[in-house]
Amino acid sequence: MTDNYRLPESGKVDRSKPLNFSFNGKDMVGYAGDTLASALLANGTRLVARSFKYHRPRGIFTAGSEEPNAMVQLRSGDHTEPNTRATVAELFDGLTATSQNHRGPLNFDLMAVNDLLSPFLSAGFYYKTFMWPRAFWEKVYEPIIRSAAGLGKLSGNEDPDQYDKGFLHCDLLIAGAGPAGLSAALSAARAGARVILAEEDAIIGGRLNAETHEIAGDSADVWAETARAELAAMPNVRIMTRTTVVGAFDHGIYSAVERKTDHLATSAGKPRQVLWRIYTKRAIVAGGATERAVAFKNNDRPGIMLAGSVRAYANRFGVATGDAVSILTNNDTGWDTARDLVAAGVNLAAIIDTRDMAPLHSFAGTSIIMGAAVADTNGRLALSSIKLTNGQTIKTDCLAVSGGWSPNVHLTCHQRGRPTWRDDIAGFVPGGELPVGQSVAGAANGDLSLGAALNSGHKLGNALAKELGLTPTKSQAAKAADEPSSISAFWHVAGEGRAWVDLQNDVTVKDIKQSQAEGFRSVEHLKRYTTMGMATDQGKTSNVLGLAIMAEATGKTIPETGTTIFRPPYTPVAMGTLGGRARGKDYAPTRLTTSHEWGAKNGASFTEVGNWMRAEWYAKQGEAGWRDSVDREVIATRKSVGICDVTTLGKIDIQGRDAAAFLNLVYSNPFLKVPVGRVRYGLMLREDGICYDDGTTARLAENHFVMTTTTANAVLVYRRLEFVRQCLCPNMDVHLISTTDAWAQFAVAGPNSRALLSKIVDDVDMSNEGFPFMACANVTVCGGTPARLFRISFSGELAYEVAVPARYGDSMIKALMEAGQEFDATPYGTEALSVMRIEKGHVVGNELNGTTTALNLGMGGMVSVKKDSIGSTLAKRELMIADDVVRLVGIRPVDKSMKLDAGAHFLERGADTTMDNDQGWVTSVAYSPTFGHHIGLGFVIRGHERHGDIIRAWDGVRGKDIEVEIVSPHMYDPEGGIQRG
Amino acid sequence: MIINHPTLGPRDAAEFVHLGDATLMNRPDWQAEDAVEQFHEYLYQRDNPAGDYRELWYHEQGDRSWLVVTRNTLTHEITDVQMARDVAMQQAKSS
Repeated sequence: MTDNYRLPESGKVDRSKPLNFSFNGKDMVGYAGDTLASALLANGTRLVARSFKYHRPRGIFTAGSEEPNAMVQLRSGDHTEPNTRATVAELFDGLTATSQNHRGPLNFDLMAVNDLLSPFLSAGFYYKTFMWPRAFWEKVYEPIIRSAAGLGKLSGNEDPDQYDKGFLHCDLLIAGAGPAGLSAALSAARAGARVILAEEDAIIGGRLNAETHEIAGDSADVWAETARAELAAMPNVRIMTRTTVVGAFDHGIYSAVERKTDHLATSAGKPRQVLWRIYTKRAIVAGGATERAVAFKNNDRPGIMLAGSVRAYANRFGVATGDAVSILTNNDTGWDTARDLVAAGVNLAAIIDTRDMAPLHSFAGTSIIMGAAVADTNGRLALSSIKLTNGQTIKTDCLAVSGGWSPNVHLTCHQRGRPTWRDDIAGFVPGGELPVGQSVAGAANGDLSLGAALNSGHKLGNALAKELGLTPTKSQAAKAADEPSSISAFWHVAGEGRAWVDLQNDVTVKDIKQSQAEGFRSVEHLKRYTTMGMATDQGKTSNVLGLAIMAEATGKTIPETGTTIFRPPYTPVAMGTLGGRARGKDYAPTRLTTSHEWGAKNGASFTEVGNWMRAEWYAKQGEAGWRDSVDREVIATRKSVGICDVTTLGKIDIQGRDAAAFLNLVYSNPFLKVPVGRVRYGLMLREDGICYDDGTTARLAENHFVMTTTTANAVLVYRRLEFVRQCLCPNMDVHLISTTDAWAQFAVAGPNSRALLSKIVDDVDMSNEGFPFMACANVTVCGGTPARLFRISFSGELAYEVAVPARYGDSMIKALMEAGQEFDATPYGTEALSVMRIEKGHVVGNELNGTTTALNLGMGGMVSVKKDSIGSTLAKRELMIADDVVRLVGIRPVDKSMKLDAGAHFLERGADTTMDNDQGWVTSVAYSPTFGHHIGLGFVIRGHERHGDIIRAWDGVRGKDIEVEIVSPHMYDPEGGIQRG
Repeated sequence: MIINHPTLGPRDAAEFVHLGDATLMNRPDWQAEDAVEQFHEYLYQRDNPAGDYRELWYHEQGDRSWLVVTRNTLTHEITDVQMARDVAMQQAKSS
């Protein structure tokens, strides 16, 4: 049984190029030009999937991207791709696919028991069942639902393919290269417009490829090829096949997915898909129309397909979809299928037309039944017979159904468009406000005949070219027959049993009626209650049918009932495509300091701080773990001298006659009178009075300051300073520039820091009088290298920071280490830095956490009330300055062997563990090698009055409850004599 | 979205950071008697118009200028873009 449904002559597949493929392990043969669906049908494979909810046997329903049923797992291993529509997967040699959503073999799915349980699984069952007992949810219901839900499976491994993003600009984007899109492209491009013509299919022509039309006296595909060749030769035209325009966004921006290598066996290093952002002046939606079904009992069996698709398989792929095909239609296009099938030599069993009128044609050996419909069908795994409303039974293995055509209005709805109903074509056409610059041509606009589509495209192309200031040519639209196709709306066959509306989400006529009966009558409620149209196909073949049934149930017209609208994307887009190259390490840039390499060679372990990599510690041989390294670095710094790379701190250069006044506004503490050559610690508030950021700012000259910010807030603080400068004080003479990247900066801390730096810094009086605590200066180092020297201390030691132009970062760390050899200078990382700042009681992000005030932090006095500054007014609000707010404290365990944990809450001894008794919380902890036990910082109500009290640190997460003593947060050198010395 | 920058021409919104209501430029007088109430209004009370809305955008991936953008919240149509500094200077002059 190989390829024996291939018709002898018809079709456009390349029979000189056979391709081997397999489905569920079975080897088959197709041809170049096939889709997986056409190849499966050619091989007689009907059953390809199981439905989502009831696990009903399902077959191929359509021949395009609207497919609701035939979703397969494509490829294998790490390359596997779930939920691929077989109808758009191009065949390549070696393709492997498997069916999905079943337990056991496809033809004996154990989950098909759901079909028998269907009375319990109707619309809204999620909301009604699995409710009690409550305790069952987590342990019983959820695991069952999770294992049953979903369709295909991910590999679980990283996607080995690459994806990319790109940007394009054009005068006119045309979505769809069918007759309307092609003629629009021709007229606009001939006028000189820069045109992008995007086509979802691998070939140009759209519906022309599926029909047997004639244009300009020739076969329609000859015309399409001529048009393609003309466009391809124009330098102002870009034709993009395998490219789906998936979204219409603001101001003429569209997104499109181009499938670069999906049709090939491997990507061979190229990006598999590209997500394009297309900037347009005008756009034409020429997306055609999608056929829809009719609902009748058991209308979901494999072998029941859309009539236009049956025609497409015969005309384009040369495939007969059955041995004896029947047609059910409510419009003239069903008869086109009959004509084409007979011409291709397919055996036509019957034509059933719901309209009570004279037959349009007669065909030898085909029964024609007018004014009837299909009442029921038979066949367990594939259709075997149909029963008509007149009682007649017909043996047939393929039923081609046409319920009319729905214009593809999706891209017109992505903003404010509201489609409007047209009775004459029984379909919604674009309406309301279209995205700016967008027009619609052809079937998408309701021009369902070929002649009308060619004309509307041609006219629109010319009109838009004119709008763009170009001169249209005098060329005429291609001529084709223009036979309006008559339709008489027919939605569903009344009766018992289940009649499917939305095949992908298993929504039946019964569900829609139930939704109506239970009060979910608006289309938006209907959609959410039944999940109709919410599957990956967005209900392309089913929405209109569902709305019509709802209208009937509520006794309203379809326009009164209205329609839901569509959101991007038009077809599903893989997450990998949306991510592009921005994944893993490439998600964001990695910033390295100029001394990074030196650190890496000297045992540094790095941690991410924002985009920066900072050394956490520098491991030495023989150290058992990070604690050994950190303890050693702390002790060495406190005993002699340590060196820390602090390049990543934000640096903002502030200059101008009003620079001091500007700083006085952005910092809560006074800055007007900072002497030249001095540094001041600054506290920044948000306008609501909460602490925002802190850092030191040095006055290098009368009108020149250098501000430092925390590493994490560098970008945000700069942004805020620009806001203050441009929006709040535009008349100030002040200029800002971020210099974070311009300087490499090192902290040199410890009793020997002065001696070390005296060897490095040129000609500066380094004595305590000559260069006191909080001094700063422009200096030179190492015999002439420009540098900045600051005497500031985060560790609490006698300490300096020295900055050199970033390109000297590597030489500087080496020079410092060499000069420090005699003092056993030790590089230290962020962990030792953190230990020392906790010992000293300095706050960081743990304490400046966006909820704390200056008063909480013990810095209430730093909010000047004598001047205006950001946040100073609202910081005065009653509850922010109440007596009983939490205050920053230090803590140490009563039992010195105990470890402390950040996040623990403070409770009085003997108090119940309730929120009412909550006294505050622990923010930072560390093992202090200086004190020989754990220490911490935290906030306690009235903590500043409670030094010496014993309180509990209760940690419900870790199950710990230990006693701690409240102490001053300034545990190391509380008087500050060391750093000033 | 595309923002037509007064000096740099049309730029993709991805280059910008959005802050919000342009009334944030009208920072109250800290010495007013009801300064706390005024600041409270300034910071927390916002109109939410269905239609034209003046808002602040920052060209962070560009020239670091703050802009006052008038955007229709129903259609996203942008009808006016000005340098915030120019707007602020105008306001300072007229007050």
